[in-house]
Amino acid sequence: MNKLLKTYMPTLLLVGFVVVALVSVTRPSSTAPAPSPTRALIMAPAPPSPPNVLLNAAGATFPYPIYSKWFDVYHRLHPDVEINYQSIGSGGGIQQLKAGTVDFGASDMPLNDKLLSTFHFKIIHFPTVLGAVMPTYNIPGLTQTLNFTPQALAGIYLGQIVKWNDPAIAKSNAGVSLPGNNIVVVHRSDGSGTTFVWTDYLSKVSPEWKSRVGSNTSVNWPVGLGGKGNEGVAGLVKETPYSIGYVELIYALQTHLPYGTVQNSSGHFIKASLATVTAAASGAAAKMQNDVRVSITNAPGANAYPICSFTYLLIPAHIADATKREIIKGFLHWMLTDGQKYTEPLAYASLPKAVVAIEMKHISEIN
Amino acid sequence: MAAGSRGPEAAADARSFAARLRNGDEIVHLITLVFAAGVCLIVCLLVFELYRNSSVPRHQFGWDFFVSRTWDPVFDNFGALPFIYGTVVTSALSLLLAIPLGVGGAIFLAEFAQPRLSDLLTFIVELLAAVPSVIFGLLGIFVVVPIMRTTVDPILQKFFGYLPLFSGPIYGVGFLTAGVVLAIMIVPYILSVSREVLLAVPPDQREAALSLGATRWESTWQVVVPYAKTGILGSIFLALARALGETMAVTMVIGNDPKISSSLLAPGYTIAAVIANEFTEATGKLYLQSLIELGLVLFIITVILNGLARLLILATTQRGSIRS
Repeated sequence: MNKLLKTYMPTLLLVGFVVVALVSVTRPSSTAPAPSPTRALIMAPAPPSPPNVLLNAAGATFPYPIYSKWFDVYHRLHPDVEINYQSIGSGGGIQQLKAGTVDFGASDMPLNDKLLSTFHFKIIHFPTVLGAVMPTYNIPGLTQTLNFTPQALAGIYLGQIVKWNDPAIAKSNAGVSLPGNNIVVVHRSDGSGTTFVWTDYLSKVSPEWKSRVGSNTSVNWPVGLGGKGNEGVAGLVKETPYSIGYVELIYALQTHLPYGTVQNSSGHFIKASLATVTAAASGAAAKMQNDVRVSITNAPGANAYPICSFTYLLIPAHIADATKREIIKGFLHWMLTDGQKYTEPLAYASLPKAVVAIEMKHISEIN
Repeated sequence: MAAGSRGPEAAADARSFAARLRNGDEIVHLITLVFAAGVCLIVCLLVFELYRNSSVPRHQFGWDFFVSRTWDPVFDNFGALPFIYGTVVTSALSLLLAIPLGVGGAIFLAEFAQPRLSDLLTFIVELLAAVPSVIFGLLGIFVVVPIMRTTVDPILQKFFGYLPLFSGPIYGVGFLTAGVVLAIMIVPYILSVSREVLLAVPPDQREAALSLGATRWESTWQVVVPYAKTGILGSIFLALARALGETMAVTMVIGNDPKISSSLLAPGYTIAAVIANEFTEATGKLYLQSLIELGLVLFIITVILNGLARLLILATTQRGSIRS
């Protein structure tokens, strides 16, 4: 009896475990490679008095401050609606939206046609706020603001311009004594919308960049050191003499980093600011009539800052649950009207009127 | 006859089972078995999930994944070699720096320091193990990197610049800096565990050596340390595991450039760092699954190094027992 138990008990237990494990492994659909821990994340702790409707959303980290502000204010205006946003990154948001574990997603990069074709439902992009990226640098002893031409930035990041006193940099900085030191190039190491905007811009202004490197949230960098996050890039640039990096506008404004101007498509050297970024979006609005996913880097307009982009909410075009559908439409409407006044205090450039008008039309397409 | 002798035996078994059940032995046996099986199962499931979720790059790249040096998310071309290289080099460097520091410190604390001082110092060192790795990363980027760039790296290059190990431009970030930061992080593991192991060596071992005329150092180095060798090696492997899997601190000081360079001053990249950096924003099946396959590769590296470690323990303990 004892022997029997002793011999078979471990086997029995193991078999039991394996069965339980297999059941739990095979249940999730194979289209969702997102690991289960992230799936567990969307289970929000129950609020003290449960709201009538809880919406789940996940995605980009860059707009998280404004999204949490919006969702919080909207919850206070409509106490029966709560929107729970997890800033797990654009990639995670897209995966969860595809798996149907969230009601809507958010991404810093518009979904291309190839990616959209992997969804079994239609997605509508809603641009929410604007981000901009600017070159920051550390040249000991230099007090003036540097002007960068697109060719100079592409050359530096391709590793073809290696010294600060290269004619390509010097010619747009007359009167500045540039040192002959080697340029230390710094880029983001983590996948990010910031890198997407930066590489999207370089792809537009440099055919060689487009064919050799391309644009994405992470790319195969020809040269340079990688810093993790805006703070990692800023830290490396600060600690490394004769270095250049790129950071997000909000981060640069909050930390008072020195940053250079960039020459736009009309030939002007523009310093990034909320006004020049919104100007870029206005310049691109005409192109957005058919598809809001168009890139707005290097946009036309005398005062347009060239390196900027939208960040997007990804809303399913068909929402079966009528209550949720009306809430999402209501929120989008509020976000595009009253909600816009919360953007500038958080240092996000707000949407130009022309873009708001386009998005208003898209709200009615949700059914 | 045979049947007759079996009967009482079975009865005795049954009695002893009842007795054991009453004493709780059988229950404890089962419960602990469940716990042990549970841990093994977690490991198995982890590997299974990594394997299952990396099928696309495994089919597309095959073994090339291990030898390709390109990591290009735009053109969907992925290879793990620079990351494997970076992981192994930084871990080896950190062990090289941390073993003398950790084992030497442990010998002092266990054998030579006064018990009170020993306890105090151990407490302080163990605090180091409780510091989150992101703090080490921040200290690394703002303190260690400038020191490496302005002082350590130039000195190394001045005296050993003719070696490829210390050639090339100096950035401050790179394999060596990552190794130094990792070493600081893993020293407490080696020191704390080694000290406990050394303290556990029976006093009569020391007394016997001393009575044979050995000096304090001779008794320590030739008797106590060999006696505790298995435990000390165990502490080193624990530290190695920590170094292999470290993410945050490494990514902030290694430069995150997936290149294979003979120079320790050059920037590099590790497996754990690239997964942490790129997983959240990765889109597309091949890209995501390549990152998961990197996780599988890290697991394989851990298994190989752990296997080598077991062999090392086996080899050294056998030699020791033959000699004694």
